[in-house]
Amino acid sequence: MADEKGSDFVYEEPFLIPSRGLFIFVCYRLGTVESDRCCTGTCSKGTGKESFGLIELKQVTKKYGKGAKTTEALSSLDLSVRKGEIFGVIGHSGAGKSTLIRCMNLLERPTSGEVWVDGVDLTKLSKQQLQSKRRGIGMIFQHFNLLSSATVYENIAFPLRLAHMDKEKLAAKVDDLLQLVGLEDHKDKYPAQLSGGQKQRVGIARALASDPQVLLCDEATSALDPQTTDSILRLLVDINQKFHLTIVLITHEMHVIQSICDRVAVIHQGGIVEQGAVTDVFLKPKHPVTREFILGQAGESAQLALDAPHDGSSRLCKLTFLGQKTYDSILSRTARETGVDFAILQGTISKIKDIPYGQLIVRLEGDPGQIEKTIQRVTAEGLDVEVLD
Amino acid sequence: MWGLDFSTLDWNEIGVASLDTLKILVSSAIFTFLLGLPLGVVLYQSSRSSSGWVRTVYTVLSIIVNILRSVPFIILIVALIPITVSIVGVSYGVLGTIPPLVIGAAPFFARLVETSLREVDRGVLEAAQSMGASTWQVIMKVLLPEARPGLFAGITITIVTLVSYTAMSGMVGGGGLGDLAIRYGYYRYQNEVMIISVLFMIILVQLLQMAGDRLVKHFTRK
Repeated sequence: MADEKGSDFVYEEPFLIPSRGLFIFVCYRLGTVESDRCCTGTCSKGTGKESFGLIELKQVTKKYGKGAKTTEALSSLDLSVRKGEIFGVIGHSGAGKSTLIRCMNLLERPTSGEVWVDGVDLTKLSKQQLQSKRRGIGMIFQHFNLLSSATVYENIAFPLRLAHMDKEKLAAKVDDLLQLVGLEDHKDKYPAQLSGGQKQRVGIARALASDPQVLLCDEATSALDPQTTDSILRLLVDINQKFHLTIVLITHEMHVIQSICDRVAVIHQGGIVEQGAVTDVFLKPKHPVTREFILGQAGESAQLALDAPHDGSSRLCKLTFLGQKTYDSILSRTARETGVDFAILQGTISKIKDIPYGQLIVRLEGDPGQIEKTIQRVTAEGLDVEVLD
Repeated sequence: MWGLDFSTLDWNEIGVASLDTLKILVSSAIFTFLLGLPLGVVLYQSSRSSSGWVRTVYTVLSIIVNILRSVPFIILIVALIPITVSIVGVSYGVLGTIPPLVIGAAPFFARLVETSLREVDRGVLEAAQSMGASTWQVIMKVLLPEARPGLFAGITITIVTLVSYTAMSGMVGGGGLGDLAIRYGYYRYQNEVMIISVLFMIILVQLLQMAGDRLVKHFTRK
């Protein structure tokens, strides 16, 4: 995963910089430059590595209403989504996340600012140019928005018919898509005859029909039950990997971000308050709103841990394991060596996308010097230690 | 029975009148549809527009539609005589009935179209837009197909209304069953003719409504 702060190479992408606009510096690791540069061009198969912004929002402001009643849904927001990644935007309802994603294909036209997708500023395009550009940006919706008067097959064929694709190619394409989303047996049904999950699969197939580079997901799983949500998320990860499709999703569920996103932005009152790799943001949240989202998952038990009795001879620490270290016996090994005892007061061991992590709140007991030594040792072993008291 | 004698009825004349009614109905329904549907779409589209002058177009159209709908039909027929003559050459009979019927019913149908278009889920329109559909494509491939049940219901209501309008046009010698009922039945006290004419019209309306309901049901997917 790229770490924006810690990268050692700064690359300035000339064609993304508008003459009067803001300079965007996109940082990524040395060594991936060649392949990344290829990805921004015409080559459709990426390398799987992150690169600079496929979608760039620059100083995007969206106001509703006129005069004294004006409300600002987005205020001077900057955002960059890299090619091939799954980018999540999380926020409470009313934070502006829906407006944000709808600005990415100009369903909502920003009051000011620029929306760059694949090197083109959408706000400068004519109506026709925008229509053809939109074919490269798929979108799925919370309420699916399928044509109720058309069958599954016709719904998927719809964008192809808009583009006047010839019959045989169209039939082959739709059959492929039906197979991809597992709805071959339902192709002659109408949306009303399908379950929510099946409807979203139709939505996904329809969005993929015109071979987009980007898939925008507007609360795509919010109307689904947990099992169905998981199956849809798995499908999204599949298509992300298979087609190297860039996915932007908005949600109010941390679970969605944790399961499939590479990077996340937290939106609050029309602005991005925190963003970065999901592992960073999730394990070390800085902004109160981010904390709230994460605590929403494990809030009570964390509080329980902080309430646990401890005195001068013990210390409360939060240990974070990430990646392969999650599987190592670092804590017990170190404790045995330093002669310190520990009690686990709260813990989570899980995955962020496919990266294992563990986060434990432990109470270290014993000689203060040895406790200090333990903390130093596990830090040296690569754990992140936060002393809570 | 009740002092009625159906044996003297001129069935030939009733047959001709029935046929006339059907002719009037079919042709005025076609023209009402051709005029009212685009008008309804224009009303719907212009009411949603963010541009100032398009909204003005909407207001003007809306006022015209309201005026045409508020004038009693019997007065409309008379008032429209010059226009009727200039279009079809006569102001009476089957031909002379059609223009006022269309002008009277098209605004009514347009409102029904507008209402049923408003029922279409905006999300679906947005989805089509997000796929790069042009305004024309959105109208032809999303708006109208999605509104189909409502449109068929509107057509049915309009045609049934046309049946009663044809009866009124009988007042000015419009031809058809309504004409027959008024001229023979009402003016000449031939109750038998009136009863049969009205009975035929009742049957006609029943059949039309049943056919309309079936169409609506057939195209409803929700």
